[in-house]
Amino acid sequence: MVAFTMRRYSSKTTTQISNVLLCNVTDRVSFWFVVTDSTKNTTTVPGSEVEAAIRMNRNRINNAFLLSDKTLQFLKIPSTLAPPVEPSTPVWLIVFGVVLCLIVAGIVFLVVAGIQQRKKKNKESTERENLEDKGEVTITIENGIPCETLDLKAGHINGVFSADDERFTSL
Amino acid sequence: MSKDLPIDMPPEAPKEDSRPKWDNKFQYILSCIGFAVGLGNVWRFPYLCQIHGGGAFLIPYFIALIFEGIPLLHLELALGQCLRKGSISAWSAISPYLGGVGVGSWMVSVLVSLYYNTVLTWVMWYFINSFQEPLPWSVCPLNENRTGLNEECYESTAVNYFWYRKTLNITPDITESGTLQWWLVLCLAACWAIVYLCTIRGIETTGKAIYVTAIFPYLVLTIFLIHGLTLPGATEGLAYLFTPDLNVLKNPRVWLDAATQIFFSLSLAFGGLIAFSSYNPPKNDCEKDAVTVAIVNSLTSLYASIPVFSVLGFKATTGYWDCLDRNIISIINEFDLPEQSIMRENYTDWITFLNSSYPEKIAGLKLKSCDLQEFLDQSVSGSGLAFIVFTQAIILMPGSQAWAILFFTMLFSLGLSSMFGNIEGVFTPLLELQIISKSIPKELLSGIICLVSFLIALCFTLSSGSYWIDIFDRYAGSVPLLVIAFFEVTGVVYVYKIKRFSEDVKWMTGRKLNLYWQITWRFISPLLLLVVFVAFVALQIQKPPTYTAWNPKHEDFPMKEEKAYPPWVQAICVLLAVLPCIFVPLVALFQLVKKMWRSKDLSFLSPEVFSCQEVNRNFSHPKK
Repeated sequence: MVAFTMRRYSSKTTTQISNVLLCNVTDRVSFWFVVTDSTKNTTTVPGSEVEAAIRMNRNRINNAFLLSDKTLQFLKIPSTLAPPVEPSTPVWLIVFGVVLCLIVAGIVFLVVAGIQQRKKKNKESTERENLEDKGEVTITIENGIPCETLDLKAGHINGVFSADDERFTSL
Repeated sequence: MSKDLPIDMPPEAPKEDSRPKWDNKFQYILSCIGFAVGLGNVWRFPYLCQIHGGGAFLIPYFIALIFEGIPLLHLELALGQCLRKGSISAWSAISPYLGGVGVGSWMVSVLVSLYYNTVLTWVMWYFINSFQEPLPWSVCPLNENRTGLNEECYESTAVNYFWYRKTLNITPDITESGTLQWWLVLCLAACWAIVYLCTIRGIETTGKAIYVTAIFPYLVLTIFLIHGLTLPGATEGLAYLFTPDLNVLKNPRVWLDAATQIFFSLSLAFGGLIAFSSYNPPKNDCEKDAVTVAIVNSLTSLYASIPVFSVLGFKATTGYWDCLDRNIISIINEFDLPEQSIMRENYTDWITFLNSSYPEKIAGLKLKSCDLQEFLDQSVSGSGLAFIVFTQAIILMPGSQAWAILFFTMLFSLGLSSMFGNIEGVFTPLLELQIISKSIPKELLSGIICLVSFLIALCFTLSSGSYWIDIFDRYAGSVPLLVIAFFEVTGVVYVYKIKRFSEDVKWMTGRKLNLYWQITWRFISPLLLLVVFVAFVALQIQKPPTYTAWNPKHEDFPMKEEKAYPPWVQAICVLLAVLPCIFVPLVALFQLVKKMWRSKDLSFLSPEVFSCQEVNRNFSHPKK
């Protein structure tokens, strides 16, 4: 893998697996490695070049082993962070727009309903005034019985209620 | 109330009927409960329980409820129901010298409405941001050249960064005002529009809205309760919350906190409760209502603390596990041990073994000590609980968007139902003032109130806005209420005379006032209020007031920097605390001067004091 990376980076076709030397291999799959340059007589490739090469192909290395930057760590090579995905309009603005539309619709509905109610009440009160002007007698109904019949002497005066008048202080 | 009117009813009756009334009793009770149950039940009570010895805190809490909360609540509800007027007119009716009490509570309602809706603005902002994947407070943004994470975010946490930078865009000092944050201005406008929508015609519209806003939080709390109890670490959180430590009862601070918590939790002395009960029919059992509302409020506090602490226990446990895991990775790397050899369960055994065999290596690793208690001890109250701690816990749950949306809608409903009470406390007295003529429709008046409040509250959307909200919360929403409540109780008991008030309550409820009410109203509640007020003020004066500022350039960052208020800010604090209270003596003085000036022309007249029964003479008596 490392050999492949070096080949891609330096466009030299001569880097083979044998150019990659391992040392300090542990059971936990961690190791040190150096890359030699076969054209220049077993001198090691400078660390910065190796670093640059690894950085360029990091994603490929990770995917080959089904690992990620968190699980495959190259010491001293920090991962390049992916740029954030930003939609053209922030999501919150869309939600806010929906909420605001609902509120404004509600307010408009209630205000219009209130105005209509007031107009109806005004119309009713003018109609009632017109009726009274014409001298028509309105029949008030109390529990399904017209009031006039209640006023007749057929009823009894209830002592409890009439006695209560004296309890109130007069204005 | 009887359905058929007596034959000898006087013709002026229809004037009383034009006062709006509740559709049914349930709406009224729900409105009172919604007003009392607010954000404090969720984010203040569990915190107090935790820092004051867990289960032991319930003892002073219930004592305060019985001797302070319920009597004052009953007093306010009975007063409003009897006099059938908003706070200003009601107190002027009790005695012209006490009109200042009404004006003071109106003033407090105005001040509190201003900043309370800004808290709801923050809730709404988080709500509309909860529809994204991933949640914006779960990841740190990148810095300018994309080589690493944003520094401020990296040093603190992503959740802190989103709150302090992306939401508040806070300045390091209260004197640096910064600019208006346009996203907060938009949310503030939306919040005031919602408040206008719900209060547009007074209780006709809030009565319908309260069915949703008062019941919905209970549903969500139950859902969180069930889910919270299934989370790992929930039992640790609950044990931590409820383990009683009876030693705290020796600390007077605990008693003071219990008394103030009960008082502020029940939303007393705002005038909103008086406004609500003034729309009741006069023959209503206000005694039972008061006890019901107070008990439901306290039970809700207890009920809310269970899911809150299950989730906090889960968060602490997850933090503890993360700490352990990080240490385990370092140890495995250092000693080249096979994977899975050290697990969380045998971590302590391994550590002791390695420490005894290779102490230098272990010391060189600089392992962080992981202690579950330490994580649990990170207690927060107030907005920090909701916007920092809880949001962090929500990220850890699967399906975090849904939980976030549920949580913030619940907070919004809780706050909104309390806002209804606040706005009614402002709206109802204004409707009854002679200055507002009858031709102004209610819709216009409520629109003007909401618009003016929105414009004034814009200053809370400045970068330094949250510092100002803390000031309003600490000074305008605390001391004046205690003063006003004290004058309420003494005014009713000693100026209006408790005998007359007992007669009125007996007329309304049909039962004589029993000994409990007599004793608490006459002696215990006023005394308790006086003691609480003195202790509260003494505690505040002890040291100069300070605040904690979020300063990225501070050396101890991400710890907050403690700063003192500059003198002009301190002057504003004093003004906020004194302004509502000053109306009490001012109005009394004004009435005295008016009476003396008038008594030069006319013969001496005692101030008109009249009873409930005279106000309600048009209403029929129950059939005995």
